Amino acid sequence: MTLSFRTSKGGRIDRAKSVKFIFDGKTLVGQAGDTLASALLANGIHLVGRSFKYHRPRGILTAGSEEPNALVGVAKSAAAAAAGQSVPNLRATQVEIHEGMVIVSQNRWPSLGFDIGAVNDRLSPLFVAGFYYKTFMWPKSFWNRVYEPFIRAAAGLGKAPTAPDPDRYANRYAHCDVLVAGSGPAGLAAALTATRSGARVILAYEQGEPGGSLLHDVGAQIDGRPAAEWVSAVIAELAGNDRVTLLPRTTVFGYFNQNFIGLAERVTDHLADPDPSLPRERLWQVRARQVVLATGAIERPLVFPENDRPGVMMAEAGRIYANRFGVLPGRAIAVATSCDSAWRAAFDIKALGGNVVAILDMRTDVDPALKEKARAHSIRVETGCTVTGVKGTKRIEGVRLGRISGDTVSSAGSLACDCLLMSGGWTPNVSLHSQARGKLDWHADKGAFLPGDPVQAQRSAGSCRGIDGLAQVLADGARAGAEAAQAATGNAVDVPAFSASGSEVSSGWWLGAVPHDRDASRVRAFVDFQNDVTAKDVKLAVREGMHSIEHIKRYTTTGMATDQGRLSNMNALSIASTALANEIPQVGLTTFRQPYTPVTFGTLATTSRGDLFDPVRRTAIHDWAAAQGAAFEDVSLWKRAWYFPKSGEDMHAAVLRECRTVRESVGIFDASTLGKIEVVGPDAAEFLERIYTNPWKKLGIGRLRYGLMLNEAGFIMDDGVVGRIAEDRFHVTTTTGGAPRVLAHMEDYLQTEWADLKVWLTSTTEQWAVIAVQGPKAREAIAPLVDDIDLSTEAMPHMSVRQGHVMGGIPCRLFRMSFTGEAGYEINVPPSRARQVWDAVFANVERLGGCAYGTETMHVLRAEKGYIIVGQETDGTVTPDDVGMSWAIGKNKPDFVGKRSLARPDLMATGRKQLVGLLTKDGKALLEEGAQVTAEADPAPRTPALGHVTSSYMSAAAGRPIALAMIANGRARHGETLHVPMPNGAIAVEVVPPLFVDPEGSRLNA
Amino acid sequence: MTRFSFWDLALKALNAHQDWGHQWRKPDPKPEYDVIIIGAGGHGLATAYYLACEHGITNVAVLEKGWLGGGNTGRNTTIVRSNYLWEESEALYDHAMDLWQDLSQELNYNVMYSARGVMMLAHTVHDIQVFKRHVHANRLAGVQNEWLSAEEAKEFCPPLNIGRNIRYPVLGAALQRKGGVARHDAVAWGYARGADRRGVDIIQNCAVTGIRRHADGSIAGVETSRGFIGAKKVGVVAAGHTSVVMDMAGVRMPLESNPLQALVSEPVKPCFPCVVMSNTVHAYISQSDKGELVIGAGTDQYVSYSQTGGLQITTHTVDAICELFPMFRRMRMLRNWGGIVDVTPDRSPIIGKTPVPGLYVNCGWGTGGFKATPGSGHVFAHTIARDEPHPVNAPFTLDRFRTGRLIDEAAAAAVAH
Ligand SMILES: Cc1cc2nc3c(=O)[nH]c(=O)nc-3n(C[C@H](O)[C@H](O)[C@H](O)COP(=O)(O)OP(=O)(O)OC[C@H]3O[C@@H](n4cnc5c(N)ncnc54)[C@H](O)[C@@H]3O)c2cc1C
Repeated sequence: MTLSFRTSKGGRIDRAKSVKFIFDGKTLVGQAGDTLASALLANGIHLVGRSFKYHRPRGILTAGSEEPNALVGVAKSAAAAAAGQSVPNLRATQVEIHEGMVIVSQNRWPSLGFDIGAVNDRLSPLFVAGFYYKTFMWPKSFWNRVYEPFIRAAAGLGKAPTAPDPDRYANRYAHCDVLVAGSGPAGLAAALTATRSGARVILAYEQGEPGGSLLHDVGAQIDGRPAAEWVSAVIAELAGNDRVTLLPRTTVFGYFNQNFIGLAERVTDHLADPDPSLPRERLWQVRARQVVLATGAIERPLVFPENDRPGVMMAEAGRIYANRFGVLPGRAIAVATSCDSAWRAAFDIKALGGNVVAILDMRTDVDPALKEKARAHSIRVETGCTVTGVKGTKRIEGVRLGRISGDTVSSAGSLACDCLLMSGGWTPNVSLHSQARGKLDWHADKGAFLPGDPVQAQRSAGSCRGIDGLAQVLADGARAGAEAAQAATGNAVDVPAFSASGSEVSSGWWLGAVPHDRDASRVRAFVDFQNDVTAKDVKLAVREGMHSIEHIKRYTTTGMATDQGRLSNMNALSIASTALANEIPQVGLTTFRQPYTPVTFGTLATTSRGDLFDPVRRTAIHDWAAAQGAAFEDVSLWKRAWYFPKSGEDMHAAVLRECRTVRESVGIFDASTLGKIEVVGPDAAEFLERIYTNPWKKLGIGRLRYGLMLNEAGFIMDDGVVGRIAEDRFHVTTTTGGAPRVLAHMEDYLQTEWADLKVWLTSTTEQWAVIAVQGPKAREAIAPLVDDIDLSTEAMPHMSVRQGHVMGGIPCRLFRMSFTGEAGYEINVPPSRARQVWDAVFANVERLGGCAYGTETMHVLRAEKGYIIVGQETDGTVTPDDVGMSWAIGKNKPDFVGKRSLARPDLMATGRKQLVGLLTKDGKALLEEGAQVTAEADPAPRTPALGHVTSSYMSAAAGRPIALAMIANGRARHGETLHVPMPNGAIAVEVVPPLFVDPEGSRLNA
Repeated sequence: MTRFSFWDLALKALNAHQDWGHQWRKPDPKPEYDVIIIGAGGHGLATAYYLACEHGITNVAVLEKGWLGGGNTGRNTTIVRSNYLWEESEALYDHAMDLWQDLSQELNYNVMYSARGVMMLAHTVHDIQVFKRHVHANRLAGVQNEWLSAEEAKEFCPPLNIGRNIRYPVLGAALQRKGGVARHDAVAWGYARGADRRGVDIIQNCAVTGIRRHADGSIAGVETSRGFIGAKKVGVVAAGHTSVVMDMAGVRMPLESNPLQALVSEPVKPCFPCVVMSNTVHAYISQSDKGELVIGAGTDQYVSYSQTGGLQITTHTVDAICELFPMFRRMRMLRNWGGIVDVTPDRSPIIGKTPVPGLYVNCGWGTGGFKATPGSGHVFAHTIARDEPHPVNAPFTLDRFRTGRLIDEAAAAAVAH
């Protein structure tokens, strides 16, 4: 197939290297260096997609990331497409083609050429802005069953991928002195100037090739050489400097506080066969001392009737396709403009052998030099002339002309053409300045908002701040680069001077709807192409009282498409301001939001996936437990051994066996995940006195105490056993999940409220592995391994701690304590030695007929004793008294966190929910945790429950199921019968004290 | 004002839609009103609407510093559900849920309430306990909520990854079938149109800068950017800026204001049937009628009045979504924004009287007040009109932070929306 729209020479594509790709099932050929858009145009294809609402056929409008129309689904290969791994909604103007790429057009069925959805276009008189708010309400039942499914089915453009993404994404944090966004003349001049001053520079640019407009400004000369050569020289200099990072295909997408910048780098999508070690995309999170925004300007469409037809294209885009990609966008090309710059497109295309049928300029006072040049190129020129419509639907065949005189337009015949290049002038690209919270100033003379004073350490350079003309833009870039480098590094910076000739200053612009002579009620002139918003829609919104530009945007959806209004916002604003009879700056722009252009989810998620989603914390015993076949549960970041099933056992059987074993002989349990904080300093006891409800000052050295911690509201926040190691040193333990919260809570008080206390806090969670040994034979199990601690009950009673050694010199802190109701020890040893100690203890445990147990058994054993678990019995609404722990409150303490709140009326009121035990009447049914408890078996609807079941287990020791519950006035109800209503009937329960084994606690002291 | 209908639309189309009138007027403030509502968000507008149509109080102004509906109402991810834990909350949110059922017809404005089901994922044993507690409590209260196994959850939402290969595998879910989403702008606009048509003045671009009180301490009116406006009663419904406004009357509020972010993807064809929330991995998602995936998370940690949130919240939200729905990893984020939410210590709202006679406040909805908009406006109007709370909002006093009678939804559930 011949690429009949290719020019015979010129362009930056590799004419020797052709690239095959598939578009809607058809194999097409482009050249290396083509974008998908340029390759399609080279094949004579303009029709690329369908619009959102009316399904109108749409062509390629631009040559950049602002493209609203030519959105396609892209898969890297036929295999990827078949596997459901395509990407929807990519702009054909940004996609760099490679061999084997598979492209599908979107929002059409059954085909791009024949689309059923196009019936919407016929119904467009009904489907105006906001129509769905006014209808689909009758009959009511139709909304969920008929209307909404219908609306939803019509939603969306492309199709979401259906299969998991096989690609990798990477993340990089970086710092620099100067970050430059954009590699056009301003950006390059800024980067070069900053680099020469010695600054660390990051230059990020959207496209594969740096240079911006210089890549297609073929006549331009800088410092005596063609602009493109100058670009190569600058890039070579930058690339050779190790203080510079060049980031091609990288979008500066977000400007956050304190010059924190988000960049998205597309690493491999443009390659057919990328190095598998490379990620698909990379997120850069950069803290830049200074930022130079050199993001250029975006050409504005003319809003005339049928301006959305394939074949209508932005003038500069036409010039880019011709000069840079060697593609003529049509066989007979007309240019409609109100601005000088579009004339360049006509001249360049003509110079490449293209057929320019006419330049139609809305102005009457066009620069005579331009007219002269057109005459030299023998191009027909019409001034005071506008386009009032087009002929053709899937591709234009011609345009209607109108002669403008004053406010009226009269028909001036028509012109045959298959491509119309249009320009309403340029909109400075102020998105990032605005994202950085910089104000915008309205410049009526330029018809543009330009960056006002920045709020953050950034400055704009070049055409994004309305500077025009190559020489001026280069000088402005150098200035900005020098200022930024100087501000960042403090170095004096030389500002280079560039000599340049080429694109001159361009004058002329047009904003808003173009006047025409057509029946206004019948024709549509599009403002927002993708969302099918017309000038009439904007006016309708105003008519309906939508006077804020934000209301207009939301009501019409203008500016809400995937181009975020880059082409449409200024035209919409102008039309709105006319309708509102108000000035543009008074009406105001809508907010610019990040991201600048869409960012792949994978790029944002980076490496955070699977096990890397959150750190996995494993104890020193983890591998042992895994080898034993333990099941694990997630508790905050930790993996905890849940139970240790023997072959053939389910969870239920395993837990029953483990429980029985602990009570009969001995069990070993990995308690390493408990939070540990070393509290040290002369005021350590005073500090704990204020943080915990309990008294600490009189706790003897070598003694343990159960500590209860409240939040400011007086509710239980955490608990744990605390040991006094020395006069000024405490070993604090916390719940597994609460460890970070407790440390932060302590630090908060220490640093903000009690800065006078001499106390230091150190997290030691990772410094101690904890091996709990519980059961009547606990002492027997550990005794042979302890070097230098007297384990007799007299020497080491329940609730004491000793420092010493185990297994011939391994340092340990040995706690005698119990969370099971059995006599028990917790051996704290350095994690590096923990496995060794564990193995030795486990061998003894096994010999004594014991076993290892997991968190579930731990839960059951403590429930049998009525010990609470913070977060299970408590839920942030529970006081110490509620769970029967008034004893933990130091009565004589002047203050502690939460004390004042405990005195609030509701916390002292009668009828509060209190911890009780529940026994099912039938002795068999296992209650469901979370089930509600009521007085009646069949309560009337909306009767408040008395409380709920917090814990429920089959108890081996009790030989029946047991439960804990929080019940209103529970302690006064012991002996009462209550009910647990379940979907299939209520279960009768008896309220009992929350204590199911060894009420005297004699086993603890054994 | 015309009644919206298909026929009306068709008729107006014949004349190229030239005959539509304003949905609301652009009045100048009168010197005095019976009631001034500060804040034209959904809650403020609904309050004005119900004042007018249920209590016959029409000499009402709603003052808005920006554009109506431009606060959190126009920024939220529109999840509607009522399966809260405590009886007080169940009554409040279910009151709203009842009103949602007919809201489009009531307002003659299609608010697109779409009962597609809200499913909350459990990833830990603790989550299971908490959600089951909700399911049981809700069943007794007559509030719809049911427990699903992981497999049932996947059946309800086919894109869901219930594989064991993720960091926090899905262990089950709680589903409220009549939960769903609605169109936020339409809610604000529908109430605005309804209130305006009953005589309420909605005055935009009118910031309240002070609250004037009589010598006896009662309300005299408000200072605004458009001058003093007298009022017998003032209702403050200013969401993230409530503490600022209440401070003008010398009332300190137990509120913290944080940025809360949300984002949408580019629009795609329907691929996601319901709403899924996961508080353990911090993310929730639905698909709008336009095709965008609408995604949100928890608040930014620091208190702030700046709507620019941190990128780390966005990245952490999106990574969670990609874990749960791995096919979305190749989708792209189109827009990301934030709002300022007003958070109370117990994560329940404050709706009621204040120590200042004639001053009422409705705030503290935090990350989850959109769903309550109709009910909130309804009971707040009652409170203002009668100078005493409706039974439904009676427990939601400002005083509860003094007495300790908290309604702690955060502690009970740790679920945001
Ligand atoms: C990102 C995000 C996602 C959310 N997602 C959900 C969700 O999925 N489900 C849910 O139920 N809720 C959600 N919420 C919460 C919900 O948006 C809010 O709780 C609810 O919209 C609050 O409504 P409102 O009318 O009280 O506040 P707003 O809509 O914020 O209205 C308050 C108004 O007061 C105005 N105001 C403030 N100060 C003054 C002054 N001095 N003078 C005059 N006017 C003033 C403001 O301009 C504003 O318009 C979300 C919130 C955010 C930010």
